[in-house]
Amino acid sequence: MREFSYARARDVDAAVSLVADNPGARYLGGGTNLVDLMKLGIERPELLVDVTGLPLDEVVDDGGRLRIGALVRNSDLAAHPLVRERYPVLSQAVLNGASGQLRNVATTGGNLVQRTRCGYFTDPTMPCNKRMPGSGCPAIEGEHHNLAILGASDHCVATHPSDLAVALSALDARVGVQDLAGPHELPLEDLYRPVGDRPDLELTVRDGALLTGVSLPPLPAGTRTGYRKVRERASYAFAIGAVAAVLVVADGMVSDVRIALGAVASHPWRARIAERELRGGPATAEAFEAAAVAELDAARPLRDNAYKVPLTRDLVVAVLTELAR
Amino acid sequence: MVRNAMTGPELSSTVRLMLNGAPQELTVDNRTTLLDLLRDRLDHTGTKKGCDHGQCGACTVLIDGRRANSCLLLAVAVDGREVTTVEGLEDDEPHPMQAAFLAHDAFQCGYCTPGQICSAIGMLDELAEGWPSAVTAGPVHLDDAEIRERMSGNLCRCAAYPNIVAAIREVAGGD
Repeated sequence: MREFSYARARDVDAAVSLVADNPGARYLGGGTNLVDLMKLGIERPELLVDVTGLPLDEVVDDGGRLRIGALVRNSDLAAHPLVRERYPVLSQAVLNGASGQLRNVATTGGNLVQRTRCGYFTDPTMPCNKRMPGSGCPAIEGEHHNLAILGASDHCVATHPSDLAVALSALDARVGVQDLAGPHELPLEDLYRPVGDRPDLELTVRDGALLTGVSLPPLPAGTRTGYRKVRERASYAFAIGAVAAVLVVADGMVSDVRIALGAVASHPWRARIAERELRGGPATAEAFEAAAVAELDAARPLRDNAYKVPLTRDLVVAVLTELAR
Repeated sequence: MVRNAMTGPELSSTVRLMLNGAPQELTVDNRTTLLDLLRDRLDHTGTKKGCDHGQCGACTVLIDGRRANSCLLLAVAVDGREVTTVEGLEDDEPHPMQAAFLAHDAFQCGYCTPGQICSAIGMLDELAEGWPSAVTAGPVHLDDAEIRERMSGNLCRCAAYPNIVAAIREVAGGD
């Protein structure tokens, strides 16, 4: 591991100016992804600014919106009464990720900005356009059975492993960020850059920006939510397919629907095409399948991950059918 | 203070923590993980290094009562916290979880055992707090599926899982 200096941030402003003024600086939250990558020599910060002492660790109702501090630990988020009562999909998604030990340490903000990655990214002996721009992507011809089918490029096919972010995407979360220009908010979807030819750049926010929290709009009465994850063992594994959905059905018709897909792209994939197909139409398994097929029309699977197309389609149908019941 | 004009960046820090009830204070290279601090500096070798990447759970300790992978925690980041390792569980008598692991022969080589035991103790506290799991959202009946889900962060390459589950079930007072 490269040597680094360490500082505890006194307040958000001090943290932001410390990191923004030093290109080699990184924020340290729970560290479950960052410290792991530092051990591998993939992340090489000169300075870690520990933000875990900042007062960003509460979940509060703000006039109907739920505000979740960036430092709320995954386990506290999943267990929080307001989350379980209002957004069960969020609690379910968090509990389907990682292990009890990791959830106790990992933070909400850190989960969203963890690195999109694959086995080549985490192996410093291999080329990787994300780790070493221009060095190539061995995954495209190599081991890619659990990599992206949507939104990938010839430069990178890695996936974002978060479960939490998939649920937040379906819940229309907004992300609070602070940089040298001050605090601002953006939709979660806008936090992530398309892969394109710069897979090393994952986020849209400027260097030194600190993710301060997430907020969720209220769900109308009668909304049902659900999360379903498929993985290669029963627990403690990344998804090979995941769906978070929010559904409102009135008189057999879909009055509102929001669907986010996990394990298919470099970021949570909001299924806008499927949503448009479904809104105002019948809430039937046939309609759900047609919508999923329309969304996945853009899928460009590789040699060994074409199974994800029907898997994701079937997951969408299963989750929506369950919610419409 | 991060940078000192005379000496350059500070690459080490002073860490104070309570280890199994005893105060400790020492200067560590910032790169030191809690796991390496425990084993290499504080002679607490009960906590084991398995994968060193948060994937196996052998290094599980309790931080302020919560289970965590000590291999992914920087020692500087646990300054001021209470750390409990397997050495801190005994109080003249073995902890009930240790006794249950013995009674149920819940190990073969024993390498994962300190992590399993610390994790199981932390897990039962989480259960007492009413925390949900991916298996059960509502009131929890601690059956084998529930134990296996909640303990999935601890691997056992000898596959002593049936006996580990039995030991935990006994301590939990389940059926």
